[in-house]
Amino acid sequence: MLTPRPGSSSGSAGSKGSAGRGRARRDSGPAGRVPWVLVVPALVALVFLVAPLAGLLVRAPWSTLATRLAEPQVLTALRLSLVTATLATVLCLLLGVPLAWVLARVDFPGRRLVRALVTVPLVLPPVVGGVALLLVLGRRGLVGQWLDSAFGITLPFTTTGVVLAEAFVAMPFLVISVEGALRAADLRFEEAAATLGASRWTVFHRVTLPLIAPGVVAGAVLCWARALGEFGATITFAGNFPGRTQTMPLAVYLALETEPEAAIVLSLVLLAVSILVLASLRDRWVTSP
Amino acid sequence: MTLQARLVVERPRFRLDLGLAVDAGEVVALLGPNGAGKTTALRALAGLVALTGGHIDLDGTPLHTLPTEDRPIGMVFQDYLLFPHLSALDNVAFGPRCHGASKSDARATAASWLRRVGLAEHSGSKPRRLSGGQAQRVALARALAAGPRLLLLDEPLAALDAHTRLQVRSELRRHLAEFDGATVLVTHDPLEAMVLADRLVVIESGTVVQQGTPAEVARRPRTDYVARLVGLNLHRGTADGRKVTVGDVLFNVAEDLRGPVFLAFSPAAVALYRSRPDGTPRNLWEATIEGIERHGDNVRIHLDGSIAVAADVTPAAVADLDLTPGQRIWAAVKATETHAYPA
Repeated sequence: MLTPRPGSSSGSAGSKGSAGRGRARRDSGPAGRVPWVLVVPALVALVFLVAPLAGLLVRAPWSTLATRLAEPQVLTALRLSLVTATLATVLCLLLGVPLAWVLARVDFPGRRLVRALVTVPLVLPPVVGGVALLLVLGRRGLVGQWLDSAFGITLPFTTTGVVLAEAFVAMPFLVISVEGALRAADLRFEEAAATLGASRWTVFHRVTLPLIAPGVVAGAVLCWARALGEFGATITFAGNFPGRTQTMPLAVYLALETEPEAAIVLSLVLLAVSILVLASLRDRWVTSP
Repeated sequence: MTLQARLVVERPRFRLDLGLAVDAGEVVALLGPNGAGKTTALRALAGLVALTGGHIDLDGTPLHTLPTEDRPIGMVFQDYLLFPHLSALDNVAFGPRCHGASKSDARATAASWLRRVGLAEHSGSKPRRLSGGQAQRVALARALAAGPRLLLLDEPLAALDAHTRLQVRSELRRHLAEFDGATVLVTHDPLEAMVLADRLVVIESGTVVQQGTPAEVARRPRTDYVARLVGLNLHRGTADGRKVTVGDVLFNVAEDLRGPVFLAFSPAAVALYRSRPDGTPRNLWEATIEGIERHGDNVRIHLDGSIAVAADVTPAAVADLDLTPGQRIWAAVKATETHAYPA
């Protein structure tokens, strides 16, 4: 079963015979057995990735699922998660797309450093991000102090705080994706627009943005998915108040200590949303043009 | 003069230094081999490549100080670069929109341009649904719709197949004749340049090596590249009255000249003989056949010897003379078919 089809040029009868399994049409690759040294770890990896998800499905309290899903805490947490993840994505789009454009199109000293800084939240433990946000935007933080005294604005432990924490963690996904799309885009379209009298802003919103739309959407979806799953920075910066800052991942964590079955139900909901997002991303944007 | 420019662009291992003057309504073709700097010159006129020296003046106002979007230009790119997300109509309306026209005015202008290029019924089509010839015409309409004073065309017909090219070329010629601004056209195809342009500027290695009307250039090539383009044998010689010496071959010519001259003659004017023909020793030399190849309906014989010459003979003559590479042969050219002019 794991033997790849031998040389494809000869023996069409043989390939017809095995066509039913759908492997006969693969022509690429040199002939020879697939090395077990690679296949065994690959299978282990697959099981390792899929088994926990399967476990979630096996242990799910299917009989009481409907009533549990309809519980107000679940709906509240789900609504809060969807709203904050969406707002965080909008914030990331408004700020991240221009940042990506500057990184891709403007040559300024220290550009490499800026690009490195942008990716720091990607590798930073989210809890550390939350602590950092507290130190700057907290009530006694560097900026938060001033926001509090001048405008009476308090960010930590509010829904706005959740959005900020999620945006902080998720923005690099968007910036990297959009910058990649910008770098891959054919600059000559922008030149053509300039010869027609378009200013750089007109070029950006009438030519560049439509051309890189798939990259922007892919980045936004990734960004949204990351924001939806955000835990560390959120619980550190915004706390865990039901209805205000308690998003789905926080609810899952809390439920695990008191009511494991509820945690499973909440996890299933997040899993379903994630798979939905992944599927839409693959079908509509990643594989097209 | 509408356009007066001196374009200097320096790059590592390449320097473009080009003087260019184009009248209103005139079409000038920049002709040259690959890498000669034609496209760089065109992009410099558009402001897509920065000048390292020189100037561009259009109707007496400096252009080189303006960014691309503020120059009154229209440009047709080699692969058109129609915006793939916009319809043909919106592609053409793009320029007028950028110049401040309202959406409906821009679209009206665009629609009239699409009518002029005969594509009214394709106005709603996206570029990917247009054929090569249609895309070329949309690109031309887009470049002209904003009312430029300087039209720049980069190999406008290069992406078309041979049949479409013929048709689009004659249409393009008509539109260029109607355009009252200056036109600069870049091409490596001499036929395209001769059909479309009023004047040719031949560029080699970043500098102008020859310019003139297509007839002048075709008749009096001044470099080997131009001679090859127009299909002539070109030799440098020394004239003394009606005699020109090229190497150790003496030619009788019609022109009365003195000093260094160019001598040009068509490959078809060269006659070949197996043995030395009788008569004057002028216009006659002994050569070695270096190569034989098919050339249209005829056969082109490459001759080496005291001068390197291409000769076109009929396939029948090849058979009669039993021509083979390496063979010694006598070549002659009639005095009336040579053309000499000062170098």
